[in-house]
Amino acid sequence: MIGIEHYVVVSAILFVLGVLGIFLNRKNVIVILMAIELILLAVNINLVAFSAFLGDLTGQIFAMFVLTVAAGEAAIGLAILVIYFRGRGTIAVEDANRMKG
Amino acid sequence: MEFQASLALVAPELVLSLSGLALLLAAAWGGDKASRLISILAVAALVGAGFLAAPALCNGASGPDTLAFGGQVKVDAFAAFAKLLIYLAAAASLIVAPAFFERVKAMRAEYPVLVLFAAMGMGIMVSAADLVTLYIGLELNSLAAYVLAAFLRTDERSAEAGLKYFVLGALASGFLLYGMSLTYGFAGTTSFAGIHAALAGDMSKGALFGLVFVLSGLAFKISAAPFHMWTPDVYEGAPTPVTTFFASAPKVAAMALTMRVVVDAFGAQVQAWQQIVMIVALVSIVVGALGAIGQDNIKRLMAYSSINNVGFILIGLAAATQQGASAMLVYLAIYVAMTIGGFVAILMLKDANGEPVEQIAQIAGLSSHRKVLAVCLAMIMFSLAGIPPLFGFWGKFLVFQAAVQAGMVPLAAIGIAASVIGAFYYLKVVKVMYFDEPANVAVGKSDWAHQALLAICAIFISPLGYLLTGWLGGMADKAAAALYFVG
Repeated sequence: MIGIEHYVVVSAILFVLGVLGIFLNRKNVIVILMAIELILLAVNINLVAFSAFLGDLTGQIFAMFVLTVAAGEAAIGLAILVIYFRGRGTIAVEDANRMKG
Repeated sequence: MEFQASLALVAPELVLSLSGLALLLAAAWGGDKASRLISILAVAALVGAGFLAAPALCNGASGPDTLAFGGQVKVDAFAAFAKLLIYLAAAASLIVAPAFFERVKAMRAEYPVLVLFAAMGMGIMVSAADLVTLYIGLELNSLAAYVLAAFLRTDERSAEAGLKYFVLGALASGFLLYGMSLTYGFAGTTSFAGIHAALAGDMSKGALFGLVFVLSGLAFKISAAPFHMWTPDVYEGAPTPVTTFFASAPKVAAMALTMRVVVDAFGAQVQAWQQIVMIVALVSIVVGALGAIGQDNIKRLMAYSSINNVGFILIGLAAATQQGASAMLVYLAIYVAMTIGGFVAILMLKDANGEPVEQIAQIAGLSSHRKVLAVCLAMIMFSLAGIPPLFGFWGKFLVFQAAVQAGMVPLAAIGIAASVIGAFYYLKVVKVMYFDEPANVAVGKSDWAHQALLAICAIFISPLGYLLTGWLGGMADKAAAALYFVG
């Protein structure tokens, strides 16, 4: 029988993978965007699982809002990435070093 | 009837969203030639929204009458106080923008529209009474802010600032959301009042995890250490009018939101968050003070200064009293004036060709050729350091007083000691301007709008500001009473 703990554990693993994906990845900004999506999906699993467990619809409505905002966020992230690439000709993470201090 | 009453309560947001949409159409239709007109209309919309928000503050609105849309939104005096500061800061960043962007032929009509949408998002943030509303407001503000940071599309530093802000901002939203999902799961509801009631007894491990994640997400947004690493890069890379905006309005919004979340939602678990806030406050003060010492770019210096000031504001939150909340609001109001004044002064530093001057070494001997500007900048630096005759001292004094009266003498003592370290780099700027060999670089003429705005900020933070202490304190007390209203 799959209980609420299983969902929460899966979501925690996905969340940690997403955060590690942002901090350990040294190559490509696109991978960072994917890691951000992973974090948001981990949150959605949590919300929907809790919603079913509690018998309360709010969690599912919240998940819909998160999905919508995630779409907008990805669009803006890619747009910024495009203008960054136009200026620099690279999207490698270690090259993002115009400012230091 | 209920729906109409709700609509009336969110009138400032309605004005901002409708005028934002109309101006977006005007921007698409009129093109960049219309950008000055659109900026003026956007400032008018912000002023209008401010007049609609003000009555709630003057009446000290609080309690169930302020809830709109079935408890999703709470438009009380506290929200109104924060909104007025946000609208003022947004209007200031609109007023200073044209002179800066027109020089590089990058004044686009979308700039005022984005600022309007960001201001609306911040208005929703500060009046949130539910985790869903909080999230929507926060993202509305953040998404507009990411675009604003990358606004000078052809400038590599601006694009890099936008990218860094986006990645770290999205990570912060992820932390916040994960914390909110855990809080929802363990409290069984997303409304702040419901969470408060559900956590009234012992706090479960899951809810504690939720609280920690929510607080770290919010610490990112107010750029408190140890989540401050994006701040210097974004402040340096973003165009200066945008930095003016970032350093003032979103900081007020995120700080007010943090107060609302810890008092309204987690108010039953004060000892759980108080320690976190205390540590974050002290680390921010120290990191801000030490990090600023080696900086040679004045925008980076201001970034560390803002981290430092956020630490002082958080001391008021660590006190966890109504007096502490009132002190924080007064500090925020003074901080907004100091930051806007500081960045407007930086905008006025231009060389003979009108290129912006950002290196501290280049403003050496500024007092010999730009006397008034040097005096204003020196006043702002002294005020940020909290040196007594200036108004910046008053905010620090109130915050420390609240901490001492809440029995936190060690916290206040460490904070005061660290503010002495902070004074070092503020004084360094003054020393460079007054006592170094003149570099004669920053000789360019400045725009009248910049001069007027700098004059207003300088008068506000000068000793004349103390005439306002009674009025400002009264407003902040009303707002703090609404925040702590139990009914």
